[in-house]
Amino acid sequence: MIRTENIWKYFEDDKPVLRNVTLHFEQGKTNLIIGRSGSGKTVLMKCLVGLLEADKGRIFYDDRDFSAMGFKARKVIRKEMGMLFQGAALFDSMTVEDNITFPLNMFTRMSRTEKKKRVDFCLDRVNLGAVHGLLPSELSGGMKKRVAIARAISIKPKYLFCDEPNSGLDPPTAILIDKLISEITHDFNITTVVNTHDMNSVMEIGDTVAFIHKGDLWWTGSKDDVLHTCNKQLNEFVYATELMRTIQNQTQEGE
Amino acid sequence: MDYLGLDSLGIVAIVSVFMGAVVTIQTAFNTDHPLLPAYAIGFATRQAIILEFSPTVISLILAGKVGSRVASEIGTMRVTEQIDALEVMGVNAASYLILPKVIASVIINPALVIISMFLGISGGYMAAALTDVVPLSNFTYGILFEFSQFDILYALVKTIIFAIIIASVSGYFGFYTRGGALQVGHSSTKAVVFSSIYIILFNLILTQILLA
Repeated sequence: MIRTENIWKYFEDDKPVLRNVTLHFEQGKTNLIIGRSGSGKTVLMKCLVGLLEADKGRIFYDDRDFSAMGFKARKVIRKEMGMLFQGAALFDSMTVEDNITFPLNMFTRMSRTEKKKRVDFCLDRVNLGAVHGLLPSELSGGMKKRVAIARAISIKPKYLFCDEPNSGLDPPTAILIDKLISEITHDFNITTVVNTHDMNSVMEIGDTVAFIHKGDLWWTGSKDDVLHTCNKQLNEFVYATELMRTIQNQTQEGE
Repeated sequence: MDYLGLDSLGIVAIVSVFMGAVVTIQTAFNTDHPLLPAYAIGFATRQAIILEFSPTVISLILAGKVGSRVASEIGTMRVTEQIDALEVMGVNAASYLILPKVIASVIINPALVIISMFLGISGGYMAAALTDVVPLSNFTYGILFEFSQFDILYALVKTIIFAIIIASVSGYFGFYTRGGALQVGHSSTKAVVFSSIYIILFNLILTQILLA
């Protein structure tokens, strides 16, 4: 479980990007952070993984105070983290196999054979076959994301972070990536945090949903609650597309 | 190691040969005086190549070629979140990305400069042979005249300091790139400009310290 307590983040003195955000991300569930572009979700995720430091507030990983730790102490928790970046962030000078092996080289003392087995397992888990020797530039967008997931799960993380995992992907591939994240979360019982503004993702994989608007946490609930909320800002976000408005109208007519 | 040095072998060779040839011809024309011995042309060529042209000019060329590449490579890693990925894994990204480049430069640049010295003097010899500005026997005598091993040491010390400057300054500008493709270009340009300025500045300081 990951817990944030009263997180504040400023880039300019008088304009907080995050205001007093307190959240729980549950183990074995896909925890979604939703919100419009510029709402602060990526900043929150970067604070969670330690790429940015929160100006106030604390972050706990299973009751371990991450925000109070130094670089070395954090390394223990970092070994338990996997992250899927928006653009996949694969190391483009390395082959797919080397990308997936990289965290294993950093954090484990596996033999070459064990690493090879682990790479094969991870690639198999994300439904990719013989791509071991390919460079990231030779992969499609969806394949890059899947390799990035394989890299993220190679060290058997307890916490998985996904920043806009299906941005820039066609709808079937986006659903594939979403399902993959959900399956991995449930199969390995990990705490997954996903940043998204895609309502398809919310409906597909959102076990818990937190809505952030202009740096404030406005709403938390389940994916079913999202459709029936009275929160004006969340409603505007959820029913921004014609498709969602049609679903809303049909639901109301049915009732 | 390849792109930090070996890929630059071609340009280093071309520049060195022509640099040596030009230094020989210019020295010959500017020292055409009955009181100056002919071997002074060979002597001046050797000193100019070893003390200044090979370590400094080659380092400036490497600052342009290698420095821009290091800055743009690391800058691209920054804007495509590859450095963030390293940091999430708990890797000290600056050390992981820049330190090996500094070490490789410190190893490869002196080797390139030694090659440049040899080729520069060879270029001067070829110019002497082809243009007849100085008899070859006098040129060879000048090349060997009062040779001091300290000159090589001085050149290599400068080269090592310049190598550290090129890799670390370029790495710094690449590492702190913010934004997108446009900023990667800016970082690359800044890396070359600042590396060159630091090389010229340290050239003066080291010359004062080592030769004064």
